[in-house]
Amino acid sequence: MHATTLEFTLLVAFGSLLAGLLGSLTGLGGGVVIVPFLTLLFHVDIRYAIGASLISVIATSSGAAAAYLREGYSNMRVGMLLEVATSVGAVCGAYLATRIPTGAIAIIFGVVLLYSAWTSVRPLPDLSAGQPPDRLAGLLKLDGSYPTPEGRFEYHPRNVPAGFSLMYAAGLLSGLLGIGSGAVKVLAMDRAMRIPFKVSTTTSNFMIGVTAAASAGIYLHRGYIDPGLAMPVMLGVAAGALAGARILPGAKVRTLRIAFAVAIAAIAIQMIYKGVGGKI
Amino acid sequence: MRAEQRDRQFEILLGQLLRIGFLLSAAVVLAGGLLYLIQYRHQSPQYQMFRGEPTDIRYVADVLRYALGGHSRGLIQLGLLLLIATPIARISFSVIEFARQRDWLYVTTTVIVLAVLIYSLASS
Repeated sequence: MHATTLEFTLLVAFGSLLAGLLGSLTGLGGGVVIVPFLTLLFHVDIRYAIGASLISVIATSSGAAAAYLREGYSNMRVGMLLEVATSVGAVCGAYLATRIPTGAIAIIFGVVLLYSAWTSVRPLPDLSAGQPPDRLAGLLKLDGSYPTPEGRFEYHPRNVPAGFSLMYAAGLLSGLLGIGSGAVKVLAMDRAMRIPFKVSTTTSNFMIGVTAAASAGIYLHRGYIDPGLAMPVMLGVAAGALAGARILPGAKVRTLRIAFAVAIAAIAIQMIYKGVGGKI
Repeated sequence: MRAEQRDRQFEILLGQLLRIGFLLSAAVVLAGGLLYLIQYRHQSPQYQMFRGEPTDIRYVADVLRYALGGHSRGLIQLGLLLLIATPIARISFSVIEFARQRDWLYVTTTVIVLAVLIYSLASS
């Protein structure tokens, strides 16, 4: 690829816009596509790609936060408690990224992509209804409620230690791969802690900015964040994600989600293949 | 219920803070980006090989000096720093709010997160 800076920037901006739009419509996030897009299509070194992707994750989180927080579903205390785990994990992940070979990062990336694709098409029941109060969650003031047409729905999170540990893993993967790790967060908040779907999605969007900022500082010092690359990626993904959030309520996303999951799985296999061959 | 309402209002405030930070940083990145495209339009970007960024855009103080000198790459990097600073500002506000509520448990958790963020940005 011997494009000029102008051509390269426009192509990356357009691809990022599409990645942000699809990521937000399918709930997978823009970060999971942007790294393969840059490495496989443009042969960008995976470290620059991860740096740019991480920046776009912070932008999406901050840009969408106002709309999410106004809806009144997010649980601030759940978010702030779990941020201790995700931010420490993110710092560890960023250090790990500078120490392990890029081929290994590509393989881990591929595995996480496969898992994300699988969870995005598998319908999951909401486990939050009818949970009795939990002692530890009560002490930590994590119980909450949100508005429904039938009045306020009260919920009681549980399994705090398991959720906390899984959130550390989510932070670690975020710092290692430059993604939002939405799939692992769903595992921690929806599955382990039994937090209602709407609460966990909005709360994790709120948390991801802080999580990504925790590894971004380290990436910056290590020279992973290139302004010329991060600029079109950040602006493109954020614009796409914000547009996606606007059309999401009226969109029929089931077919799109399946198609996107299949595409992601194919990309994941290519990442693993290239990683094993040491070609990334 | 009163405590919950207070939390709700605070959440809306945080949402506005995050959006202002985002819009500000996006504006700076866009301005730097346009300048960058004018300055570098005929060159070919080289991202296939990882060299790491030059040291003048790796540290906060250097980025500031570089950006104020009218360098497009420095200006973009300044916008990115504003973006990274936005969640840090959000955590700082939370520390203050929890202290006002005398909720020492959450003062502790937010102070830990703030320390991790500052460590990351100030490290090396």
